[in-house]
Amino acid sequence: MKTTNVLFEIGLEEMPARFLNDAQKQLEQKTRDWLTELRIPFEKIKTYVTPRRLAVVITEVAEKQHDIEEEAKGPAKKIALDEEGNWSKAAIGFTKGQGKNVEDIYFKELKGIEYAYVNKFIEGKQTKELLPAFKDVILSLTFPKNMRWSNHNLRFVRPIRWMVALNEHEIIPFEITGVPTNNESQGHRFLGEPIEISSPSTYVDQLKQQYVIVDSDERKDLILQGIKALEGRQNWKVVVDQDLLDEVSHLVEFPTVFSGAFSEEFLSVPEEALITSMKEHQRYFPVRTQDGELLPNFVAVRNGDDHHLETVSKGNEKVLKARLSDARFFYEEDQKHSIEENVNKLEKMVFQEKLGTIADKVRRTITITKKLCSLLQLDEQTTKNAVRAAEISKFDLVTNMVNEFTELQGIMGEKYAILFGENQQVAKAINEHYMPRHAGGELPETVAGSVVSIADKLDTIVGCLSVGIIPSGSQDPYALRRQALGILQIINNQAWDVNVDELFATTLEVYQHTDIETSDLKEVAESIKEFFTLRASYILKDQQVDQDVRDAVLASGIGNVAFTIAKAKQLMEKRHDSSFKPTQEALVRVLNIAAKGEDTGIDPQLFENKQEQELFDTFQTVNTTYQKCLNNHLADEALQQLTTLTSPIHEFFEHTMVMTENDNLKTNRLSLLNQIADIIYAFADLTKIQWKQQQ
Amino acid sequence: MTIQEMILTLQKHWSDQNCILMQAYDVEKGAGTMSPMTLLRSLGPEPWNVAYVEPSRRPADGRYGQNPNRLYQHHQFQVIMKPSPENIQELYLDSLKALGIDPLQHDIRFVEDNWENPTLGAAGLGWEVWLDGMEITQFTYFQQIGGLEANPVAVEITYGIERLASYIQDKENVFDLEWTHGVTVGDIFYQPEYEHSTYTFEESDTDMLFNLFSTYEQEAKRIMEKGLVFPAYDYVLKCSHTFNLLDAKGVISVTERTGYIGRVRNLARAIAKAYVEERERLGFPMLKGEAVTDENN
Repeated sequence: MKTTNVLFEIGLEEMPARFLNDAQKQLEQKTRDWLTELRIPFEKIKTYVTPRRLAVVITEVAEKQHDIEEEAKGPAKKIALDEEGNWSKAAIGFTKGQGKNVEDIYFKELKGIEYAYVNKFIEGKQTKELLPAFKDVILSLTFPKNMRWSNHNLRFVRPIRWMVALNEHEIIPFEITGVPTNNESQGHRFLGEPIEISSPSTYVDQLKQQYVIVDSDERKDLILQGIKALEGRQNWKVVVDQDLLDEVSHLVEFPTVFSGAFSEEFLSVPEEALITSMKEHQRYFPVRTQDGELLPNFVAVRNGDDHHLETVSKGNEKVLKARLSDARFFYEEDQKHSIEENVNKLEKMVFQEKLGTIADKVRRTITITKKLCSLLQLDEQTTKNAVRAAEISKFDLVTNMVNEFTELQGIMGEKYAILFGENQQVAKAINEHYMPRHAGGELPETVAGSVVSIADKLDTIVGCLSVGIIPSGSQDPYALRRQALGILQIINNQAWDVNVDELFATTLEVYQHTDIETSDLKEVAESIKEFFTLRASYILKDQQVDQDVRDAVLASGIGNVAFTIAKAKQLMEKRHDSSFKPTQEALVRVLNIAAKGEDTGIDPQLFENKQEQELFDTFQTVNTTYQKCLNNHLADEALQQLTTLTSPIHEFFEHTMVMTENDNLKTNRLSLLNQIADIIYAFADLTKIQWKQQQ
Repeated sequence: MTIQEMILTLQKHWSDQNCILMQAYDVEKGAGTMSPMTLLRSLGPEPWNVAYVEPSRRPADGRYGQNPNRLYQHHQFQVIMKPSPENIQELYLDSLKALGIDPLQHDIRFVEDNWENPTLGAAGLGWEVWLDGMEITQFTYFQQIGGLEANPVAVEITYGIERLASYIQDKENVFDLEWTHGVTVGDIFYQPEYEHSTYTFEESDTDMLFNLFSTYEQEAKRIMEKGLVFPAYDYVLKCSHTFNLLDAKGVISVTERTGYIGRVRNLARAIAKAYVEERERLGFPMLKGEAVTDENN
């Protein structure tokens, strides 16, 4: 079949850089779905994004839709034909509706009844006629923020200024907000000129001649090459953050890398502040020596060529100087106010309307920290450090520096704490209590930092859930999910022997001693548990534990995180291990049958056969050792103990009828099975696992 | 180019685009947006094109004339075009060329920046324009004003005069900028900067300011009920400036702050609504028979 290449380019006023990755993905997917639904075959879809354009080139697009032939089902035979065997009105109506005649009818049986059918052939339309509907693909793109402009009612990411739509050389006609499609595109805003695109296949090259690199990967490569060249020339190490590289490549159509310098005197300001100034405010890449020392230089990307690059660099230096002067001013100013002074100011800072001020939060965090320290039996010095760190954990929130650069919270706290003579452990704990700062972020190293981090997060989560702030969908303004996950990760990281469920209870208790109005306590406790179980499941997933095994080990609570992980790993292994099959079958059988009754006490006098007696005896021996294994969190040995029950269980079922007519015997047997089931559940609910042993 | 010449150049440029050249509005305000020439006139269906210089007071930014970049009062050059023209970015870039800024010698970028003024119940989408990394202009398509949806949409262009001048004149310190030949910003503004900072941070009478806030607020409410939109709005501006003075002195706590902003916002909303109703009652005189919207997209 004959094919053509197709190009669509939407020209816009500058779109936000942060939207472009997603916009590109959507454009690809929605174009693909659109063509698939239209039954138009094509070879390949390639999408391009720049700040000013969204474009898609589709190669080898068939000139016609696929034809389709389908059966249309009509009335039942007895309705289609009257008593004399003539076609009824219903049959005639049906064929008319399908554009057919009664002669086309044939009968076919469906569930014992014969129906009238016709074969319908729908001829594929010319692709050319269908292409203008690409307008709907454009309008179906979604963005985090849309706007209106002029007197149009359309809401879109930014005003549309031109559109190119070409089927080879032919313009595909449609319009949006009065902008008609054309074959004329725009070059780079300053370096390029308007240009007539001759065909989809020349689009990329023609725009390159007009100083527009439409392929964002190519722009990234150019930036990286530029950075490499500078590194070589200056013997620098430029710190390339992928997110920043992404953003910068989406801010330009024709990238040129350049560098600049700032005065060495600013290096007295903590480098985190300097780097934030450069990266967040100016989108510069910081520069280090080969040994990793920060240099008073930066690397930036211009949207243009290398003409007058010194002017651009000088201008940027001037801006950075003003920014760094501010940072230095803040740094010096902050050192004039003591920690205690700052802590007092927290009384005026609202944490959350119903949960009081930051000072209130800190007071709760201190109490929780103390309880955690005693629960973990920490030594006196560590406890002292943790409590002090909790007391001053939030003092930097009122400093100028954190006010200006929110992301430096904790980091500045650590710096200032040291300047004000706090010990290293306390200072570090202030910084660490915000960890992990993002999903998969670094965890606190120190014990004190870990404790305060957990206390702070517990307070936030339990507090929020208590007053009805429950994350749903993408709504999680206090990042409760990340914080819950953080707590579990920290416990696991520190290999602490704590039962997570106990922590909730402790925190809830702290809340009961405040005047905060919480929802029904039982419900709150339930929602906290549910919330954390989901996070725990996430941690297990991270350890390559499959869903069924995760559900199995979390069925009776989260418990000790490390032990829960160890149990899950054992089971992940065993579910493929054919030698475990008899054990698994035995244990699962116990669980299934035990579910039919409950434990009302075992009377050994009622045992009828030696298999019952033997199971009971083995169970009792096993259980003593088994409980020790559980207490010491020895997952493999605990499972080993359960394995010992395999043969007695099989023997038992072989010779014993549990659900017998005799009620006394039945109850006694169910009691025995329930007691065994209980110890199995303490390990995991094995009925939830999809066993995969080969035999 | 002196600041005076810059202003003349911008006035000429936007005058040529059929903007009405206005003078600064005579009530204290924090930004050119707050002039009724922007805030009220951007509402409703009537076309409106205007340009003016607005002295803008930011009490909290006062630095006793000691900081090279921060001022109690700076100047904005404000342009409003409603409905926003299709070639507005080109018109803006031409204005930079008129100021002698050749885009080929610089790096000019439109960087996402969404503007929001909760006090005025106003929000818009757009960019800050970067000249070699420096923000020189705020470029905003109004989406909402005084709690009302902007329709048609007005575009607002706000040049920071001193920022731009420090670039054009290549000066590090705002007080060294030449207002006109032989006269610097320092000559004209150093003393008021120093005195206003002293007043704001040390001498202002807090009780009096709290009283004024309430008085202005009541007066605004009272006369708005009589349908006197413009006088009521003047009192809202006075409320806003009084609040800024109190806030700069640090006498408004975090919780109270939200309350005060809410009070000003409620007034602004009521006035925005009253303004549109009043214009409608007058038959939207500036429409002059033109269609309100011409399109269904």
